[in-house]
Amino acid sequence: MKRLLQFFLVFLVLGVQGARAGLVIEITEGVEGALPIAVVPFRWKGDPASPPPQKVGRIVAADLHRSGYFRTLPESEMLAFPATTAEVDFRDWRALKQENLVIGEVEPNGPGGYKVNFKLFDVYQGEQLMGYSFATTARDLRSVAHHIADLIYETLTGTPGAFATRIAYVVSEGTIEQPRISLRVADSDGYNSQVILSSSEPIMSPAWSPDGRKLAYVSFENGRPSIWIQEVFTGRREKITSFKGINGAPAFSPDGRFLAMALSKDGDPDIYVMDLARRKLRRLVRHWAIDTEPAWSPDGRYIVFTSDRGGSPQIYRVPVTGGAAERITYDNGYNARASYSPDGKLLTFITRVGQQFRIAVMDLARGSTTVLTDGSLDESPSFAPNGSMIIYATRYRGKGVLAAVSTDGRVKQRLALQSGDVRDPVWSPYYK
Amino acid sequence: MKRAPLILLPLLLVTLLLGGCGTTGPTTGEEGATGAAGGAAGAGSGAETSAASAGGAWTGSPLDDPNSPLYEKVVYFDFDRSEIRPEFLPMLRAHADYLINTPSARLVIEGHCDERGSREYNIALGERRANAVRRFLEAEGVSPLQLETISYGEERPAVPGHNEEAWAKNRRAELVYQ
Repeated sequence: MKRLLQFFLVFLVLGVQGARAGLVIEITEGVEGALPIAVVPFRWKGDPASPPPQKVGRIVAADLHRSGYFRTLPESEMLAFPATTAEVDFRDWRALKQENLVIGEVEPNGPGGYKVNFKLFDVYQGEQLMGYSFATTARDLRSVAHHIADLIYETLTGTPGAFATRIAYVVSEGTIEQPRISLRVADSDGYNSQVILSSSEPIMSPAWSPDGRKLAYVSFENGRPSIWIQEVFTGRREKITSFKGINGAPAFSPDGRFLAMALSKDGDPDIYVMDLARRKLRRLVRHWAIDTEPAWSPDGRYIVFTSDRGGSPQIYRVPVTGGAAERITYDNGYNARASYSPDGKLLTFITRVGQQFRIAVMDLARGSTTVLTDGSLDESPSFAPNGSMIIYATRYRGKGVLAAVSTDGRVKQRLALQSGDVRDPVWSPYYK
Repeated sequence: MKRAPLILLPLLLVTLLLGGCGTTGPTTGEEGATGAAGGAAGAGSGAETSAASAGGAWTGSPLDDPNSPLYEKVVYFDFDRSEIRPEFLPMLRAHADYLINTPSARLVIEGHCDERGSREYNIALGERRANAVRRFLEAEGVSPLQLETISYGEERPAVPGHNEEAWAKNRRAELVYQ
């Protein structure tokens, strides 16, 4: 419950403005044998003339469906619309071959307030698996719905959900001569998209702090690249580096105390680590070749990076304490932009297959690599904080769009922005 | 990205000093007819001026003379490469001579890539391309103090499009005089 409270605090501060429905999600491939679940529309117990601004039950259903691990029952096929335990007749749901059932109610709770309760049932056992009640506001109803989806997902799959997390990404609009670039943050379902920085110059490489409250990024707003760190909820920001040459690829250490980056101030791009409190820089990787795109292992002991020291871009790993870099990838002529799964067992990166650039995942223990996507210009892969999905940038109908693929490659979804070229997605960690 | 207004600024100043009449649009001066249209192409906004004598001989900056090798300001590269192809060496030598003979000239070399591959790797590759041009100019005798480099990676394509034709035009180093 403590995590829940903190979670609501975060959303109170953040609020909800900006474009709604920035992203539309389409499932492009689903899982065979997804778990059938019925999410009954939550009953509104207040004045029928002034219903709540969000349909909580529908958001929960959409989240579960989008994960690919559930097949949600369309409302049109439901035989009854129970909202309390007493109203549930399990025979209805067994007849519809549903394994699980979710019911809920929304009621007024003081001025501008709502109370939401829900229950999850096992249809065949005929028993309740879980039930919670939340007090919230109009503004946070979507967040509550995502949290309910997370609880259901975790109960039924054993893995924590990642619906109540966010994504950051870069959008380019306007013309090639006069682009309008913006850095945005949205809910993981694409709603509540908010611009946190806009510029006529390039913005690149957003990276979340481990508490999900800050973003580091590269901005060319002063005519040259600089690394900035911005507080997502206040907009307050600080310039971290603006050396001569490249200031690129920022990556927070898992404890948030260090920022790894690529700088070319001493010649070729090399990997540096900055102690953020003392602003002290240490050169971790020094080589005449290109060294860039550092990413930390979840235990904070290693950094993987891209280097073309062997003649083509490949992934290397180096201990954070320094030492020799070890080459990780050998397949294909181009592997870049690696990052670890939250459990540290997998690496995801861009790989070239023929002339196509696709997202791959490597099992580090086995050393085996699987190509997960089938686009031609796929890039910027980033794991969801529960490790279940990878978000990435791809092209669809001539536009840059975001897509996600399950780590096992079985479920694919496209997050189609309505306007502009979308790229550089990065999935937030859980809020702490 | 053409930076015509910036490039043309010294030219505008020259016009102001010599003629005593500032022309901020191509239609206001009689000399517009023979014009520096090539130099001003793509300006779209800001100051535009022309500087040709009645006789037709080019009196503006040779950088804007379509008949000068200095008019060419883009070097193209192969995929994931930063070697300067031989066909660009004469043009770069002309720029080196110009820079040596014009010590006040300042040049920014912008490195660019096509959209394929990772964005940050492309930033590094763009820098390598800009540095290849810089090193060539320095080897020709240009003072390092006249040269600056910046990489935009794949962030500022010259042309839209997602095929080899567009990519070939986007893998480039641009010479931008300040």
